Amino acid sequence: MDILRFITAGSVDDGKSTLIGRLLYDSKSIMVDHLETLEKQSKNKNEDGIDLALLTDGLRAEREQGITIDVAYKYFTTPKRKFIIADAPGHVQYTRNMVTGASNSDLIIILVDARHGVAEQTRRHTLIASILAIPNVVVAVNKMDLVGFSEDVFNNILIDYHALIKDMNFRSVQFIPLSALNGDNIVEKSEKITWYEGVSLLDYLETIPLENAINLEISRFPVQYVVRPQTPELHDYRGYAGAIRSGIYRVGDKIQVLPSGLESTITKIEIGEKEVQEAFAPQSVILHLADDIDISRGDLIVRTEENNQPTLSKEIEAVLCWMDDSKPLAKGNKYLLQLNTRTVRAIVQEVEYKIDVHSLEKIQAPEKVLLNDLVKVKLKTAQVLAYDSYKTLRENGGAILIDETSHTTVGACMLE
Amino acid sequence: MQNYQLNHLDQLESEAIYIMREVAGQFEKPALLFSGGKDSIVLVHLALKAFRPGRLPFPLVHVDTGHNFEEVLQFRDYLANKLGEKLIVRKVEDTIQRQHLTEPKGKFASRNALQTYTLLETIEEFGFDACIGGARRDEEKARAKERIFSVRDEFGQWNPKLQRPELWNTYNGKVAKGENVRVFPISNWTELDVWNYIRRENIELPSIYFAHERTCVEFQNQLVALSEFVQLEPSDKVVKVGVRYRTVGDMTCTAAVPSQARTLDEVINEITVTRTSERGETRIDDRASEAAMEDRKRNGYF
Repeated sequence: MDILRFITAGSVDDGKSTLIGRLLYDSKSIMVDHLETLEKQSKNKNEDGIDLALLTDGLRAEREQGITIDVAYKYFTTPKRKFIIADAPGHVQYTRNMVTGASNSDLIIILVDARHGVAEQTRRHTLIASILAIPNVVVAVNKMDLVGFSEDVFNNILIDYHALIKDMNFRSVQFIPLSALNGDNIVEKSEKITWYEGVSLLDYLETIPLENAINLEISRFPVQYVVRPQTPELHDYRGYAGAIRSGIYRVGDKIQVLPSGLESTITKIEIGEKEVQEAFAPQSVILHLADDIDISRGDLIVRTEENNQPTLSKEIEAVLCWMDDSKPLAKGNKYLLQLNTRTVRAIVQEVEYKIDVHSLEKIQAPEKVLLNDLVKVKLKTAQVLAYDSYKTLRENGGAILIDETSHTTVGACMLE
Repeated sequence: MQNYQLNHLDQLESEAIYIMREVAGQFEKPALLFSGGKDSIVLVHLALKAFRPGRLPFPLVHVDTGHNFEEVLQFRDYLANKLGEKLIVRKVEDTIQRQHLTEPKGKFASRNALQTYTLLETIEEFGFDACIGGARRDEEKARAKERIFSVRDEFGQWNPKLQRPELWNTYNGKVAKGENVRVFPISNWTELDVWNYIRRENIELPSIYFAHERTCVEFQNQLVALSEFVQLEPSDKVVKVGVRYRTVGDMTCTAAVPSQARTLDEVINEITVTRTSERGETRIDDRASEAAMEDRKRNGYF
């Protein structure tokens, strides 16, 4: 059994929480006591029946306002897969929380209200999915019951959406007409949407192939920690601990340490004290090398005999989502940049343009960069960084900016 | 052809080990909160996989409420001893004396809330900047919202409306002096994942997780172990039944589950088919209000 991590996005009344509630409810993942609480709350709120949306809103402020503020993670398992849902907020002021949920997702479900079609929110969520390079998209055309299960309505949305994504690069895009409230095409195929020949949403989520979710061609191993017991019996033991981010490493492989460029050969690979001949992403391992060379946390170990080597540079271009609500991003500001385990100082050299999330147009040299803005920046780092383009290799192309004075994470960088 | 796909337990294990190593790589004085319960036992197992053959780069820390199950305390000491790792125990009793705290009253008076005082005292005493805990997001809806690296202010408080963005597998452990981070490596595990992992890895557990005879008080359809901490009333129904524990907390706020499951397979079979949630079936303290956990976390609870 494998894991599918997906995110759901939609605006306030698109029925996102209801959709998740329905998936959990119909797949029998909701426990009896949680249902009882739900019934009690639904009564408290003077609504008929169970309000499935209440299942996902975990904070008091969310229940009071009936909106999602931050990502909630939900889990369910079918005989085919384990699912991790990042239930993300749709409001524009909580975009940074949606980005948090999107960054680890293999798939995004974008809800579209059949009555309203492709809306501003749809465009924004799709843009974020594209920038965060979520490979798979499901456009869930919801509330089909309110448009008489019309095939024309569905097809028009399909055409509009294809126009929206014509310059975007998703691996797969699937359209499913459904009604979350009534359960049409959620777990079971709807008998009312007779013209639809595809599968139900759950069926789709259970069967979408995940073999390509991790890149096994390009090998990246950021060193996290050096294990050195320094006991009499293990006096010479020196292992480099980390998680393989992408690719495959084998005993005997020639490797290079970046950015230093020092070379060596893998002599031993351990997983939880067991020796193995090869290891692959996303396994957590300990590597041993033939030579006693200087390696510490933040170094990147790559295989020398591969074509795709990372870029080594101090001048970096990136698309950045600004996430600080108290201070704007501006040219000349200094931050810490963290890429996997490596942290370096960085200065913002230029803010080239801002992407208008509604029109998708580029606004050159914006005056101010505020919370949730998406901008193209040029950064200069104090030390050389070994990185990949985010579009090619998400695993070694996504970095965060940290404000050194407040310590908080203020930016998400998709390196180019 | 070789299959380069990890199954879900391997993926979860690898992620948890990665998070543990991030703690070791980023913090000066981390600690692992270890109660002797199944989730923290799994954490210790994962820590061994992350750092052996080296020593663990952090001590095991237990906040002892004084209302713990004897079998669990024994197991706690046994495991720390067997592994040769450092165990620090701090008692709520001492905090009550020192800070002149008022003990909660009532039938099942719980020291659950007082634990937070001792935890914060311990963090200050040792200068811990990160505390690894075994909380899971599937347990409770406030926990479902919490980041893996959860920053707490100098009062240990969680601010759910102002959480740091947490992207990819990149964890920002930077904090100001006095602040600390609570780290949850098994956030993405469900109860059943934990049990299946325990079975797969053959992990030892305290005996109370398996069916045994126990004298209990019936309270609101739940079975609470009879102990010196429970105030018995004449109307109370005391029964001797076969039970096991699904979670382990204070004797006063953890309910037992009627069961005959004496082996791991039998326990997992029961948990697989149950329609009641883990905390719903066993925790009396969550029933206080809809936001009981959120409120406790805001006050520094882990």
